[in-house]
Amino acid sequence: MEEKEIITTPDEEQEYVINMGPQHPSTHGVLRLLVSLKGEKVKSIQPHVGYIHSGIEKMCESITYPQIIHLTDRMDYISAHINNEAVCLNVEKALEIDIPDRIKVIRTIMSELTRLQSHQLWWACFGMDLGGLTCFFYGLRDREKILDIFEETCGGRMIVSYNCPGGLMYDIHPNFQKRVKDFIKYFRKILPEYDQLLTGNVIFHERSRGIGKLTKEDAISFGVTGPTGRASGFSCDVRKHEPYSAYDRVQFKEILHTEGDTFARYIARIDEMWESMNIIEQLIDNIPEGPFAVKMKPVIKLPEGEYYQRVETARGELGVYIISDGNKNPYRVKFRSPNFSNLSVLNHIASGFKIADLVAIGGSLDLIIPDIDR
Amino acid sequence: MRSIINYLKEIIFGVWSLLKGMKVTGSYFFRPGTIVTQKYPSNRKDLVMFDRFKGEVVMPHNEKNEHKCTGCGICELNCPNGTIEIISKTIITEDGKKKKAIDKHIYRLSMCTFCALCVKTCPSNALAFSQKFEHAVFNRALLIKTLNKPGSQLMKGVE
Repeated sequence: MEEKEIITTPDEEQEYVINMGPQHPSTHGVLRLLVSLKGEKVKSIQPHVGYIHSGIEKMCESITYPQIIHLTDRMDYISAHINNEAVCLNVEKALEIDIPDRIKVIRTIMSELTRLQSHQLWWACFGMDLGGLTCFFYGLRDREKILDIFEETCGGRMIVSYNCPGGLMYDIHPNFQKRVKDFIKYFRKILPEYDQLLTGNVIFHERSRGIGKLTKEDAISFGVTGPTGRASGFSCDVRKHEPYSAYDRVQFKEILHTEGDTFARYIARIDEMWESMNIIEQLIDNIPEGPFAVKMKPVIKLPEGEYYQRVETARGELGVYIISDGNKNPYRVKFRSPNFSNLSVLNHIASGFKIADLVAIGGSLDLIIPDIDR
Repeated sequence: MRSIINYLKEIIFGVWSLLKGMKVTGSYFFRPGTIVTQKYPSNRKDLVMFDRFKGEVVMPHNEKNEHKCTGCGICELNCPNGTIEIISKTIITEDGKKKKAIDKHIYRLSMCTFCALCVKTCPSNALAFSQKFEHAVFNRALLIKTLNKPGSQLMKGVE
């Protein structure tokens, strides 16, 4: 075998390539980042995705519409309810069904609870990534209260499967309203504690201010949505621009920041938690009476055509695109997942910073890997 | 001079911010009960799960060992990944007619995704969720369960 000549040219700039992941605690899943370093500085990042590709889009082609919903739970498992809602809204739009107000309001409350628990988990993990292990315990303690609400009403904790085309699987539990109100009261007291613990912390400031700047133009051209995009000033809240469910009847602010660094992304999510609580408080006392599901045909067949519905998950814009050929199975389903676009910006914003900052930047993007791989 | 003052200010504010965080953690140090979610293995005896909790699919039987499953196969059709398999048999009723009934209602817990479509679509409400959640076994074959009990029959009045 021919021997390869080892290049040793000390004058030239040399790269040192390391693998971050697939098993790395700060990638929050099986994401492999091929990081080229120069010294301690990141030169470029090449994400390798697909380690937990489960073929959800292909599987959708062989199952019926009500069965798709439980698969979307497994994509972005932290905001499972919102994923379910996206498919249901698309199917209902295609069938042109009028959904009663009760269903819309319950779906909105559930979505906002999902967003809250997602941001709580993110806060917990982000604190842990930056070395504050206490945050992890506090965040999960408060998340547990929301998961209890889910468990009581939906039967599942993370994988809720609460939506079905035409409404909800069950009516809300009699304790639901009381529990949600108790939680909001409790969490309004706890959230300032988060600020005292992490937001004001000087070490946290040093590690997040000015790190991983993303400009508005780049956010738009990379398709970065959700709190990550809004921290750069990109107004992309689907709840505001294209209201679905009951978002058109509540007052809330779209959180916009202009700095675009890691700290701005952090603050955007903390502010979103306050806004979510405002939305829930507006709706929880006046859930209209009515049925919890519309009577649907046993076999749901969509008319021939293409349908698209987008929703705002906790991480950004999720689009569900269904092509139907008139059968009970869809011809093609495509999910526009927010995390895939958010990951694409990582190379752009993290190159030039130190490798320890890569952990902070990756944490602030709040990536969920099964949503990228699908 | 100004830079030294700024430097000292930064240090003081930094220490102050750390102390503020320490105040939060310190207060929890003296009331540890508020930070614990559940002491799971030690509270197993009096742990009550919520009614709707999706533990595993069961087929409720009454005291006469009768169930409501007619063997229509709707749950099998609705199951997204073939968790449920119904093996039916033909029985002869008292008035001499041939009738379809279930022989075995096989449920593979290891494949179940807890989407609740089988329980929801069952026309005779024969299936339900139990609140059992400790599913760990040493042998994988034990996860394949037959839901109808041996010798069980269809409840009277259920068609």
